[in-house]
This record gives sequence, structure tokens and C-alpha cells, in this order.
Amino acid sequence: MIALETLSVSIHGTPILRNVDLGLETGKITGLVGESGSGKSMTALAIMGLLPNGAEVSGHVRLGDEDLLSLRETRLCAIRGNRIGMIFQEPMTALNPVKTIGDQVTETLLIHGRATRREARDIATDKLARVGLGQTPLSRFPHELSGGQRQRVAIAMAIALHPDLLIADEPTTALDVTTQAQILDLIRDIVTEEGMSLLLITHDLAVVAGMTDHTAVMKEGEIVEQGETETLFRTMSHPYTKALLKASSHQPERPPLPVQDPILTGEGVIRDYRTPRPSLFAAPGRFRAVNAVSFTLGKGESLGLVGESGCGKSTLTRAILGLDPIQGGTITAFGHRVGPGFPNALRSGIQVVFQDPYGSFNPRWTVERLVAEPFHLMPSPPADRRARVAEALADVGIEPTAMDRFIHEFSGGQRQRIAIARALITKPELIVLDEAVSALDVSVRAQVLDLIAKLQAEHGLSYIFISHDLSVVRAITDRVMVMREGEIVETGATEAVFSNPQHPYTRTLIAATPQIPEDWQEKAKHA
Amino acid sequence: MLRFVLTRFVSLTLSLIVASLVIFAVIEIIPGDPASYMLGLNASPDAVAALRDQLGLNESLALRYVDWVGGMVTGDFGLSYTYKVPVSDLVMQRLWVSLPLAIYALVLSTLIAIPVGLIAAAKRGSATDYSIMGATQLGIAVPNFWFAMLLVLVFAVTLRWFSAGGFPGWDAGFWLALKSLTLPAIALALPQASILARVMRSALIETLGEDYIRTARAKGLSRRQATVRHALRNAMIPVLTIIGLQFSFLLAGAIIIENVFFLPGLGRLIFQGITQRDLIVVESLVMLLVFAVILVTFLVDIAYAAVDPRLRRGR
Repeated sequence: MIALETLSVSIHGTPILRNVDLGLETGKITGLVGESGSGKSMTALAIMGLLPNGAEVSGHVRLGDEDLLSLRETRLCAIRGNRIGMIFQEPMTALNPVKTIGDQVTETLLIHGRATRREARDIATDKLARVGLGQTPLSRFPHELSGGQRQRVAIAMAIALHPDLLIADEPTTALDVTTQAQILDLIRDIVTEEGMSLLLITHDLAVVAGMTDHTAVMKEGEIVEQGETETLFRTMSHPYTKALLKASSHQPERPPLPVQDPILTGEGVIRDYRTPRPSLFAAPGRFRAVNAVSFTLGKGESLGLVGESGCGKSTLTRAILGLDPIQGGTITAFGHRVGPGFPNALRSGIQVVFQDPYGSFNPRWTVERLVAEPFHLMPSPPADRRARVAEALADVGIEPTAMDRFIHEFSGGQRQRIAIARALITKPELIVLDEAVSALDVSVRAQVLDLIAKLQAEHGLSYIFISHDLSVVRAITDRVMVMREGEIVETGATEAVFSNPQHPYTRTLIAATPQIPEDWQEKAKHA
Repeated sequence: MLRFVLTRFVSLTLSLIVASLVIFAVIEIIPGDPASYMLGLNASPDAVAALRDQLGLNESLALRYVDWVGGMVTGDFGLSYTYKVPVSDLVMQRLWVSLPLAIYALVLSTLIAIPVGLIAAAKRGSATDYSIMGATQLGIAVPNFWFAMLLVLVFAVTLRWFSAGGFPGWDAGFWLALKSLTLPAIALALPQASILARVMRSALIETLGEDYIRTARAKGLSRRQATVRHALRNAMIPVLTIIGLQFSFLLAGAIIIENVFFLPGLGRLIFQGITQRDLIVVESLVMLLVFAVILVTFLVDIAYAAVDPRLRRGR
């Protein structure tokens, strides 16, 4: 049993956590949900005693008869990894790239002096087998494993000493849905089998609903509501919890638009990548990332493209945008073939919004210059540049006075709105939204989805909406294509595909997506 | 790993061939006749003709290239025009001063820089860090010939621990020779160590912010253990790059220090070769230095792969 009592943390005077009370019972799974910046991860780091420099902590973290907050660093080192294990979000960076996975798992055992080198290797082999990597030699390096496999290694490291408490901080957020389902199952099995407590930190209410016994909802460093999971979902006594749930299943209003003639078609599109030469004098190999893909998109239509990472979604997008050459087939936009000779004037009719609201802007440019950038595609840039920028910003709900500011002054949601303004500035007919809402919190995501729907109705825009998130695609598209290993395996009207999937892969994807049971949501729906 | 080494080796050989072609072509492109250029304006036609003959300039281009490369491979660099001795003898003499000096300076610089950079990174933002950063700034800013003269003044003139210059040769005894290289090596190492310590510090600070350091801490490693076991090796890539560059520079770039300490090194030989228009010496030395740079790059590449398994695949 681990208990957090009136735990408060502030960093350089800014309060991060306020009076957090939370009990983590043995053998139980506790979910901690909240949006980014709510203090979820800080709670975990406070338990571990790994808060950043300058953090001031008060309250208690009781583990058995010890208060972790009052322990010396050497004693804490003996507890970390031994009595409390932790799994982090990013499997790609959480493992040391220059050490073998065997060394990294045995290190947990050796550092705590719990095994000799030989015993440690045996235990590591056992634990790796337990997490489903029985066939993977200990001598592998992290870069030779997939994201899901790396997360399994991280789990093996965390459970190697059979800790009392396992903390999993967004353990599946960076993974594909099918991998996520496997990893969540694995974590649940291990926790139940070994009788550990689990603190599962996530932003995803559906994951919490499917996994946890007890749920705590966090907002701005405070736990606003906590209780037994099913009861909490059914009663929803706190307005914030209700709002969160509502936002997570938000359905933007989309008046049906008459679908007109196709503005974009692809026929048998093939995109090959060169792979390294197998030997010095052999011909380079090739990898077919997009294999004979055909599609059409009508004016005013919204087309979804779903699939797991590496399926070729982004490669196809780059081909549509004319950023990469294709090796077979044709892509036609507005009656012209997309390629090196594609006229600039028409190019301004296709714009794109990317996933990362932080990386996709030049930090040294003003918002005006950022938003006005696509003007260079037009034969003669409009004279009323500032007015046009102001109009585009107003369209996306940003004050026109923002024009003279820099991008770091805006939040993630605002940045994504500015990215949409940049896409709107040339009055395009088609906007490609590449995971455009994936990095946003649910409430912000709901607002941006509303905005996307509103703009479509007002300007008669066509969208290609690329996402790994099935629920978002279901909410915002008319037709959907399911992509796997470079091929479109299923395509059709969105509702039809989701309610009656034909291809086994589509069925797998839908089954793997975590869902909140319908009857748990009654209260929230009627709120 | 073996395949990686082989691929790098092939690329090394190709680089050498290209470099030799370029150097050969440059000598050919020099306006006018190398022989009359070497002899100066007042040379008699007979002397020029004799030198042309000696240089083999009357033969075909391809044959001369093959001769030149073949000569170098067998250790025959030709005869120095000014010294009238085989260039290979000249170079070997000088190399026995410059190579040990470069290695000495590099070892000193690395031995100082790595722990200093490590301490600065581990105590980032502290007074120790600021003092180290200040000291390295000074180390980069101070001209090394001035620092060298200061060393001479203190350790040779005042304290009389070391001789003020000259090189007794390795025949005079290993320790004596090493002793005479000590002050020059320190003078050379100071700026290099300052640069390297700063690189080490910033590489380590970056690595310490990585997710796997947090993972290591969550496993129960102390800050020090996480730094030594997980951060250090990952921070070595940029450090190795700089070490490689510094070695190439130290081998031939020590001319000022060689002059301050009256050392018969490669830098002075090149300088003399250029001023006396001894093209054969210059040509051979340039080729030798290119070879050294390419070899060091090759070794650094191998070291990269030894440090980072992701680089071990042959490309």
C-alpha cells in the first residue's frame, strides 16, 4: 500500500501539485487521468523522488512505514527499481542505444545487489520471456527492436525485482492501437499475477475505463474527483470529468455537403524507397512503401486515411503533395498531373497541416509572415497582405492582433489554429490534415475538430484527414480508406466501414481501439 | 562489424587515390615548368633541362603518375632538390619528432579535457562549472606561442626543470627525448584541451537530458552511476570527432610551437620546402599529411562504431 497525503510540489514558486491525496492499494490498478500539464507525470516523479531541480515538495508519500519524501538519496536509490518500478512513454528513447537489452535488464538486478552476474542473466531471460520476448536474444540492441518490443523490454526492466508498485506513465501513447492492446493486456496480467499495485497515468479515458479499478481525475495539479472506476464514469459528479468525457467522444456538427466532381484522383500510385545495398557492389534494394493505391476525392468531400505507423500513410501524403516523386501510376489534381511540372498557381490550391504544433513553425518569424508564406505560390502576391492574414486568423478564431507576435507565445491548440490559418490563406480547395489533432488534448482537439468542420461548411473545402485515431476519423470524414503495408485494404463510406468492417484487418483495428462501455456514458450524454 | 571495417577501408583507399590524383594534377597545373620554377628566374637553360630530366618531366603524364605513386608505396619519395637527400629520409627524421609530439599533446589534452568536461557537466550551473568554463575560454583565447614562451620563462629559465628548446633525438634516451617534448606538448595541448572540455561538457549535458538517463535513475542508479554507465559513452561521438580533427591539426600545424622550441618537426620542413620552392618535398609531405588525415578519419569511424552499435552496419 502506497499513500500520497497532501502532496504538494512547486517549481521555482509555481505550484505544480496541490494537496494530492491518493491511495494505491496492493493488487489494484489506479488510473490517473488528465490533460497535458495537469501534473500527472509530476505526481509519478514525486513518488520516485526524481523531481527536476528547483522543485519544493511538501506532504507525505508513504511506502510501508517509510515516508519517501524524508529519505536520503542513497536510501531512495535502493527503493527505486527495487520496490517501485517505472515505465515511461517513449519506448524509442527510454532505452540506452549503446547497451544490449540483456545488459539493461540485468542492470536492475545487479545495481541492487540482488543477484550475481550469472543469476541476473537467467532472471533477465525469464523476465524477457514473461513479457513475450522469449525468442529475442539478450545481445540485441534497442535499435534492432520495434517500439512495442522496446516497451516490453522496459516492462521487463521495471518488474525484474518484483516491485510493490509499478508506475506506468502513458505507456502506450506512442504505440499503434493493436500494439497498445497487447501491451495493456501484458501489464494487466503481470500486475494481477504478481500482486503489484499499478499507477497507470494516461490522457485516454477509454484506456482507464478498460484497465483500472480506481480512477483519479487531475486538473491543474489537483485531483478533482476520484473513486471506483465504473461508479465514477456512471455518476460523473464533477463537471470537469464530464467535460473531459464529452470532449473525448466529441462529434462535430457537419452539415452534409453536396459532393461534386473529383478534384483529386490517384491511380495505381507506387512509391518505392531505395534501401542500402546488400553488399558493396550489389544493386540497392527497394522497399515499396505505397503499392498500387487508387483513390478519388470530390470537391467538398472529407476523406479519411487510417492505418498504423509504417503503413505508408505519410508517404502517400507526401506523394499527393508532390513532395516526392512516384515510381508508378498517376496523381491528378485539378486536372493536372502532380509532379515537377505542376503549376504553382494550382499548387496554392492544396495546403497541408502537420501534426507537430511545435516543430512546424519557424520560431524567428512573426505570425504574419508565417501565415502569409504560401503567398509566394501565387503569380502575384496580393497587396492587402495584412488584411488577408487578419481574415485568415479571424477564420480560425485567433485575434488579428496576434500577427506581430512570435509563435512561442501561443499554446499548442492556438498554434494548430495558426497552422490552419496558414493553410487557408491562399483560399485552397483541398487541405491535407496529417495527424493534425493527434498531439492535442481532448478538449482542445474537440474545438479544433469543430473549427475544421465549420471551415469545410463555409468554404466548401475538401479534406484528406490522416490519422491513427479511429474515433477522430469517424467523427470528421465522409469516406475512409484503411491502409496496411502500403496497400488500401478497405475503402467505403465512413459509417459503413466502422459499423460493418469487411476486411479482417479493419476488424482487428476497431476491436483493438479502447472504448468506454456505452452504458457507462449515459450520464455524460444527457448532461 | 567486420563488414563495416571493410567498407570503411574501401572508402579510405578510394579517398587516397582521389587525393593523389588531385595533388598530382595541382603540381601539373602550376603555371610554367616546375623545373624552372624551382630553380628561380636566373637559372641557366642547361640547369633547367638537367632538373627536368631528374624530375622525369619528359615522360608521359600517366607514366609519371604511376612512377610517383609507385615510388611512394615503396617508400621512395624522390630526391629533395635543396637538401640533395632522399625525401623519405627527411620526412622520417621529422616524423619521429612530430608524430610523438602530436600523440603526446593529444594524450595530455584528452586526459585533461574528459574529466574536466565531466565535472563541469555534472555540476552544471555551479561555481565550479563557471570557473571551468572561464578557464577554457581563456585557454582558447591565449595565443599558444605566447603561452609557450611563458612556459619557457617559468620552467626553463627560472626553475630550470626543462631545457628551453631543441631536441636531443630518441637515441639520447627515451625519457630525455620525452622531457624535451614536454613543454611543447603542454603548449599545444592547452587550447585543444579547452576546446575538447567544452565539447565534452555540452555533449554530456545533452546526453544527461535523454530519456534513458531518467530510465536508469528509475532503476535505482545514483546520479553518478547513471552518468558514468549510461551518459559517458553516448557523449563520446562528438568528442571523438574533435579528437580526430585535433590530431590531424597537431601533426602538421605545430609550426609555431616548433619554432619557439627549435624542434625539427614536419611543420618547419613544409615551411622550408615552400620557401625554397622544393616542390618534391612539398608534394610528398602534402600527400603524407592527406594520408594521415584519411587514416585518422578511418580510425575515428571505427571508434564511432565501437561506441555506437547503430553505426556498425556496413553502408
